[in-house]
Amino acid sequence: MKLKQLIIVSLRSIIRNKMRSLLTILGVIIGIASVIALVALGKGSQADIESEISSLGSNLIMIRPGSTKSHGVKGGAGTKSCLSMNDVDSISKFSENISYASPLIKVPSQIISGNANWYSNVMGVNTFYPMIRNYDIALGSFFNLRHIKLKSKVAVLGQTVVDELFPGQNPVGTRIRIRNIPFEVIGVLSEKGQSSMGHDQDDIVFVPSTTALYRMSDGKTVHDIMASAVSKSVMEQAKDDIARILRKNHRIPAGIDDDVEIRDQAEIISMVTQVTTTLTMLLSAVAGVSLLVGGIGIMNIMLVSVTERTREIGILIALGARSCDILMQFLIEAVILSLSGGIMGILTGICIAFGLGEIIGSQVIVDPAMIILSIGFTVAVGIFFGYYPARKAAFLNPVEAMRYE
Amino acid sequence: MKTIQLSNIKKTFHLGGETVKALDGISLTVNTGEFLAVIGTSGSGKSTLMNILGCLDQADSGEYYLEGVKVNQLNMNALADIRNQKIGFVFQGFNLLPRTTALENVQLPLIYNRGKKINNPTQKAKKVLDMVGLSNRINHEPNQLSGGQQQRVAIARALVTDPSIILADEPSGNLDSRTTDEILFLFQKLNDKGITIILVTHELDVAEHAKRVIDIKDGRIRRDYEISHRRYITA
Repeated sequence: MKLKQLIIVSLRSIIRNKMRSLLTILGVIIGIASVIALVALGKGSQADIESEISSLGSNLIMIRPGSTKSHGVKGGAGTKSCLSMNDVDSISKFSENISYASPLIKVPSQIISGNANWYSNVMGVNTFYPMIRNYDIALGSFFNLRHIKLKSKVAVLGQTVVDELFPGQNPVGTRIRIRNIPFEVIGVLSEKGQSSMGHDQDDIVFVPSTTALYRMSDGKTVHDIMASAVSKSVMEQAKDDIARILRKNHRIPAGIDDDVEIRDQAEIISMVTQVTTTLTMLLSAVAGVSLLVGGIGIMNIMLVSVTERTREIGILIALGARSCDILMQFLIEAVILSLSGGIMGILTGICIAFGLGEIIGSQVIVDPAMIILSIGFTVAVGIFFGYYPARKAAFLNPVEAMRYE
Repeated sequence: MKTIQLSNIKKTFHLGGETVKALDGISLTVNTGEFLAVIGTSGSGKSTLMNILGCLDQADSGEYYLEGVKVNQLNMNALADIRNQKIGFVFQGFNLLPRTTALENVQLPLIYNRGKKINNPTQKAKKVLDMVGLSNRINHEPNQLSGGQQQRVAIARALVTDPSIILADEPSGNLDSRTTDEILFLFQKLNDKGITIILVTHELDVAEHAKRVIDIKDGRIRRDYEISHRRYITA
């Protein structure tokens, strides 16, 4: 009952000075709004990246040349590790945990059709690639084993390439030139859209791996190998199998590091999101500073308030208020101030997050834990920064205070 | 019943290197239902005496018994409770909370009341406001009330916890003579009901509305006498 009355008394004095109270808590509002918005957008974009990487292909394993440990022992002076077609065959054959494997031979090229031309990513892959990477065919078909065997000059185009070279037409069956070599278009991929990392997934052309390797490249360099594990539960075994097979193929002795990097989706996700997370945390720290400044603002105004109400406090003490009553009243006032700032900050932050999310096309995830944490934080700020002024008020001498003008 | 008993109360202030003996051995007994005026010039010690009687300040030496309880050695919280429950203050400057209604002002002591629980504070506040004749002004704020009306609100506030004594420090100092009479009439009425009143003033004709006068000079009681021809105000 008494607490309720103290709250009413505190509310009354805050409402008496609406403008001043609002300006006081501005720091808290900005601090909390920033943290809420940043974390919501950060989590949202992480979720975007995660879902996109997941859509790249479930149980995806990426193998590329290079050493995982930067300060590991290299495999000998001057040796640059190479992946080969043999490696792809070995992986497919000798691991029961791998469902498919495909080489990736990158031969970015100019593509010409009639008068139009377009520079695009051209990649040599085998017939399993669409299954590993979840690509669907919209028109025509993907290449088959025969195309691989014969190093056929056939190509499957992504939607962006089709829009550039054959706007509004069905290009299946037409002829194009890739690096001046004549190719026949046999299929068009379904649209995939833009990745969260900014690149256009439809700006792509697939040709058979052997065609890329022997007709357009040096005949032996495989840039990457993409494989998919049979299931998520055997992911670790699959990676171990690959490491073992490649070490054998590349004749790496025991004690020397792997000459390839084998990464699965989770690692890729964490690598990519690490930057986002660090950025989010850094910016949140800055927002935290704003919160601190907000707290100092509250303390400042409470001190002013105590001085302004010296006579009033003296009267209350004369009427029988104990020092703990006065302390509680001013603490409650400080907490109500900071809490209002916190709630307004949370609402503002959520609005900003959704607004910005709309604009930049990012998902927004509001974590209830963050909201509870923010509320707890603002209450703590109120108590911490309100204590000193409240204590000053509580121990005023009533006789002197009532004489104060 | 002895409401107040002071024995050899002394109080000294140290102000900027100088020592001021505000009270130099005051002994005083006040019974229930008395109407006492304390008169003295500025610097005589009357305000200090008032503050000590009201438990707003404590004597350096001597004893103060309020309704049989030795008050001068109590801690801060106990003194606060006594101020709340046993003493009602009326000040020269009214000392009402600004931007707060008369009703809210009068209810203030009840917020801090830790003694006998009062069931309906709003009701009680309205009742004492009625006693001072302000039933039709309970929602007015101090800046909407005249000086006399503000002082009446202050008196109602002093009465709301049913205190043993009312201490009034120059209650009519800021009022014109007609309003002064209204206020003194009110005190007289309350005293007729049996409430003990101690009034501090520097004006003799105000003091003569009381039944007994204490004359203070240089921190000591110079004279303590009953008024023979009391100025009694008839309605």
